[in-house]
Amino acid sequence: MKKIFGVLLISLLSACASQTTQPTAEVEDKSMGARPAENGATAREAAPTLNPLTDPGNILSKRSVYFDFDSYVVKDEYRSLVQAHAQYLRDNPNARVLLQGNTDERGSREYNLALGQRRADAVKHAMTLSGARESQIESVSLGEEKPRGTGHDESSWAENRRTDIRYQGE
Amino acid sequence: MQIGFPKFPLYVLFLWLAAAPVQAALDIEIFGGGATQIPIAIVPFAHEEKLGQSITSVVGADLQRSGLFKLVDPRGLAPHEPMEVVYPEWVSRGAGALVIGSTITLPGGNVAVRVGLLDVAKQVQLASYSETVPAGQLRAAAHRIADLIYEKLTGDVGVFSTRIAYVVKEGKKYALQVADADGFNAQSVIEYTEPIISPAWSPDGTQLAYVSFENKKPVVYVQTLATRTRKAVANFKGSNSAPAWSPDGKKLAVVLSLMGGSQIFLVNADGGGLQRLSQSSGIDTEPSFSPDGQSIIFTSDRGGSPQIYRMPITGRASGTAERLTFEGSYNVSPDYSRDGRSFTFIHRNGDRFNVAIQDLATRQVQLLTDSKFDESPSFAPNGRIILYATEVKGRGILSAVTSDGKTRQQLSTQAGDVREPAWGPLPRPQ
Repeated sequence: MKKIFGVLLISLLSACASQTTQPTAEVEDKSMGARPAENGATAREAAPTLNPLTDPGNILSKRSVYFDFDSYVVKDEYRSLVQAHAQYLRDNPNARVLLQGNTDERGSREYNLALGQRRADAVKHAMTLSGARESQIESVSLGEEKPRGTGHDESSWAENRRTDIRYQGE
Repeated sequence: MQIGFPKFPLYVLFLWLAAAPVQAALDIEIFGGGATQIPIAIVPFAHEEKLGQSITSVVGADLQRSGLFKLVDPRGLAPHEPMEVVYPEWVSRGAGALVIGSTITLPGGNVAVRVGLLDVAKQVQLASYSETVPAGQLRAAAHRIADLIYEKLTGDVGVFSTRIAYVVKEGKKYALQVADADGFNAQSVIEYTEPIISPAWSPDGTQLAYVSFENKKPVVYVQTLATRTRKAVANFKGSNSAPAWSPDGKKLAVVLSLMGGSQIFLVNADGGGLQRLSQSSGIDTEPSFSPDGQSIIFTSDRGGSPQIYRMPITGRASGTAERLTFEGSYNVSPDYSRDGRSFTFIHRNGDRFNVAIQDLATRQVQLLTDSKFDESPSFAPNGRIILYATEVKGRGILSAVTSDGKTRQQLSTQAGDVREPAWGPLPRPQ
């Protein structure tokens, strides 16, 4: 249920994002995107700029990539999301991102940790193909330990087959 | 010998009450029972009723939990010395072995315990034991007595004086706890609001390795139980997990994503000396050392589905990994028995996840459970019992099954989910 909503939202936002300008160096934030910078660089700008990473109107505020059952392939519907984050990393060489892979609760905790790692690695691979540097990205796994969907049914499991994108400082 | 029992002053009684046993963290229920159980009668020890802690009830519960004993009711008969035993009475009750004994409270509060183990058929004493313990350590003394009886009658090592570690999740709080093998005396080693998994005992029982998610990713720590000090021994870029101690306690096998994928590495117990062990393009995880330290068994999906493999610690590892499991498409979480003859693991059986055991020589596999979600099997040091996590009515509990599958028991807490059990080593000789 939640997942469907999330996917819908992302596609709507992708549509919006295509009309707005991609984030550029002018919003570079030395604190690596966690908060709007408080230094002179941003103060010079004419209008207060929303942090693209948290601006709900920006695709960069979307942070979850969902996977099919037993799959580690980044689906086409998440390409634009992953590419937007890769672009941000390319434009902000000081930015660092943590990719956290997750799995559903079925099976061994340690094996699930390794499966979650595969989901994080898949997103990392897609980001580096889109121009992000490997040194900017750390892919890790939370396995089944931090479920977003806490039920014991397919809708929760689908919710938990996921990689989350977290910028340093978040 | 008849033991005179001094009238003890009231303040001693008060001390006993103050030292009353801590509320059990884990309650135990026992199911089933083997066909070849030893019938044993345990007579409440002389003056035991005056102690704050019964000894014989702990001994009886220990023996019963092993699945190898059947308790014979001693009611109406109360010998405390071999001289007082009328053997035909015990023969007629079907007892094969008889345990008798006495307790004396010494000035200062210590308790002197004397125990005799008698063979009813042969009418001889098989063993005797005496010990003086502080009143607060009567449970520990009872476990030692149960170990002695178990060893004398089965020829195997008793594990009643060992400890177990496990994780309790209650609300958003995670606690790594250590308790006696019967679930009593539970104490938190560490508590967090982030998950803790995969506790592993050092071979000498003084340290626990575990994986904590407190820093947004899995990191392997080693914590010394006595001092509570801890050190991150694997905190590399990426994920760090699945610690397993080498039998000499000098190294840990860990799983790292440092070099891509999830692969098994060795680190020194202080975190230095990183060395890659497995080389595959798939997932290699859940290492468990053979008792001689020469090889590990582990879970790998290199063949397309997760299966158990074995490989030597030295040499060109990737070429020599040998697949051990072939039945089914999901065999994970192996734990080597300490005699090196078998391993226990989780086998997916339809939509169920069950504890299984495989003999390394014959390759024979036996399913030991039929529940729905079993995880993390861990051998007792004598290989006779396997502790594992399971689910009952949506709650995580610990369960134990004898390695012949005949006796099961459940250990449950008052609240919360219990998971990730690890059975500790035998206590070191004192």
